[in-house]
Amino acid sequence: MHMADALISPAVGGTMWVVSGGLIAYCANKVKKSVRDNLVPMMGILGAFIFASQMINFSIPGTGSSGHLGGGLILTALLGPYAAFLVMASVLTVQAFFFADGGLLALGCNIFNLGFFPAFVAYPLIYRVMVGERRGAPRAWAAAIVAAVAGLQLGALSVVLETRASGISDLPFGTFALLMLPIHLAIGVVEGLATAAVVAFVAKARPEALAAAPGRTGGVSFRPVLVKLAIATLVVGGVASWFASTHPDGLEWAIAKVTGKEEVTSPEAGVHKSLAGIQAKTALLPDYGFKPSEGEATRAEGEAPAAEAWPAVSAGTSVSGVVGGMMTLALACIIGILLRLRPGPRCCGQE
Amino acid sequence: MKVSDSFDIGEMDDLGRLDTPVHRLDARAKAVATLVFIGVVMSFPRYAISSLTPFILYPVALVSLGRIPMRYLARKILIAAPFALLIGVFNPLLDREPVTAIGSVAISGGWLSFGSIMFRFLLTVGAALALVACTGMNRLGAALERLGVPRVFVVQLLFLHRYLFVVSDQAAKMKRSAVMRSSGRPLRLSVYASMIGHLLIRSMDRAERVYRAMVARGFDGEVRILRPSSFGWPDTLFVAACILFFVSARVWNLADGFGRLLTGGVL
Repeated sequence: MHMADALISPAVGGTMWVVSGGLIAYCANKVKKSVRDNLVPMMGILGAFIFASQMINFSIPGTGSSGHLGGGLILTALLGPYAAFLVMASVLTVQAFFFADGGLLALGCNIFNLGFFPAFVAYPLIYRVMVGERRGAPRAWAAAIVAAVAGLQLGALSVVLETRASGISDLPFGTFALLMLPIHLAIGVVEGLATAAVVAFVAKARPEALAAAPGRTGGVSFRPVLVKLAIATLVVGGVASWFASTHPDGLEWAIAKVTGKEEVTSPEAGVHKSLAGIQAKTALLPDYGFKPSEGEATRAEGEAPAAEAWPAVSAGTSVSGVVGGMMTLALACIIGILLRLRPGPRCCGQE
Repeated sequence: MKVSDSFDIGEMDDLGRLDTPVHRLDARAKAVATLVFIGVVMSFPRYAISSLTPFILYPVALVSLGRIPMRYLARKILIAAPFALLIGVFNPLLDREPVTAIGSVAISGGWLSFGSIMFRFLLTVGAALALVACTGMNRLGAALERLGVPRVFVVQLLFLHRYLFVVSDQAAKMKRSAVMRSSGRPLRLSVYASMIGHLLIRSMDRAERVYRAMVARGFDGEVRILRPSSFGWPDTLFVAACILFFVSARVWNLADGFGRLLTGGVL
């Protein structure tokens, strides 16, 4: 479920950076005020534990597949929502830095999708409410499964929305949602089972570990943060998307409008199209003066000297584009080799 | 996540400790330049490919000057490819309108945008990995803190990074012993739960011991981060040159111009 940079527009990525960054700052503040000094090493090591636990899988009978712990729920049970959110954010950051698992631009999206929902929705609003004060076996299992499923469904839905809003993938909203949600339903059940089993074990072997979670009385007061976040999101999203729409997206939507793709049938595309119509009219730079209706397209290239790299329907542009692109890549390779030839310390770490 | 992946981090750290001109740059300069790079690359319209090609210079220059083994990075990029591939591959199926032609072969918008997605993936992932490999986690953490990331979060990142190997090592040992005792049968949920539960309890005990050791050495609830580097004029120059290059490559299609020069036509 880690989103990659290649599918995110800067407007969406930037907006989610602001949202997740705000949440991190808020949670960091909360953790700093907490009385538990040992929270610092505990959080670090539990983050490492989440990584390590994903190396071990259990088999799901009758399916031939396997599952493992997701992390968000159990962290919240052990550390409380604020610290758990920070730990999830750090795990995702390290995954992005070292494993290229989710990109840097998409980091805000990933932290929100995989950290916010389990820590602030699934655990306090579902798991705690369902379990209550008694940790009776069947009830705790059901609660863990429902909470894990809900957290993952919300996360998956948010992946779909973010991808759709970025407009880089052509997948229509409905199809993508139908693809993502059932898969994550299954993953959620498996994750819920794993979480419940581990929580049951810890409850037996070390009951005080679970009882120590701060903030379990549900003192999650969110109003002030939510208001600030909403304002920041609107401002950043608004500015960024306005900028983006006058440049690439408006162009892109206008082309979609002209060529009339098969997305027309989906209701979401309908909204997009009418929005595109408005946008095409209100855009400051109306597509650099080349409206790509079929007849004009060949002419467009000459009319738009400053416009960048639009592969207009002209064999000439395509050829120079392809040749130029290839040569640029070759040139980059040669530069790389030349830079490497400089005398200097040998590189280590090669197997 | 495979077992080998977590040990891979060690290699990343070794690379981060090298001493090359790129490694000597201030971590903030590299972080800012890389973020601008990713933002600019992702701001291109969906069908752009040739105009994106000049951007490969940035990761290539970092990797070459930083003496990072190309093969190692390529393997990491390949491992990360499936998500972008899975989502991107729908574009050719959904968008079949011909947009351009090479000679007489018409190319649909879907294939172009798919190619663009995969090329952007290569660029963004390559740049991010190159940044970490040329900086190392400790310097990156210090840079993040000075760029305004809350200290609690930076300390969390550094702690996580430090104990990743320790806990992963333990998990790998437990896994190996379980495999040997079960003669290769897959783990049942009950066995899994007690293994992970034990790993969890051991980790928490370890955290407690670490905490005591920290208190014994004078930990007062505040973690101090060493700040070895300073932002000098080479760093300013680096950031300025990078941003100038990114912006000019965004505004003008450098590859296309180069191509026209080569094909000899002012078309």
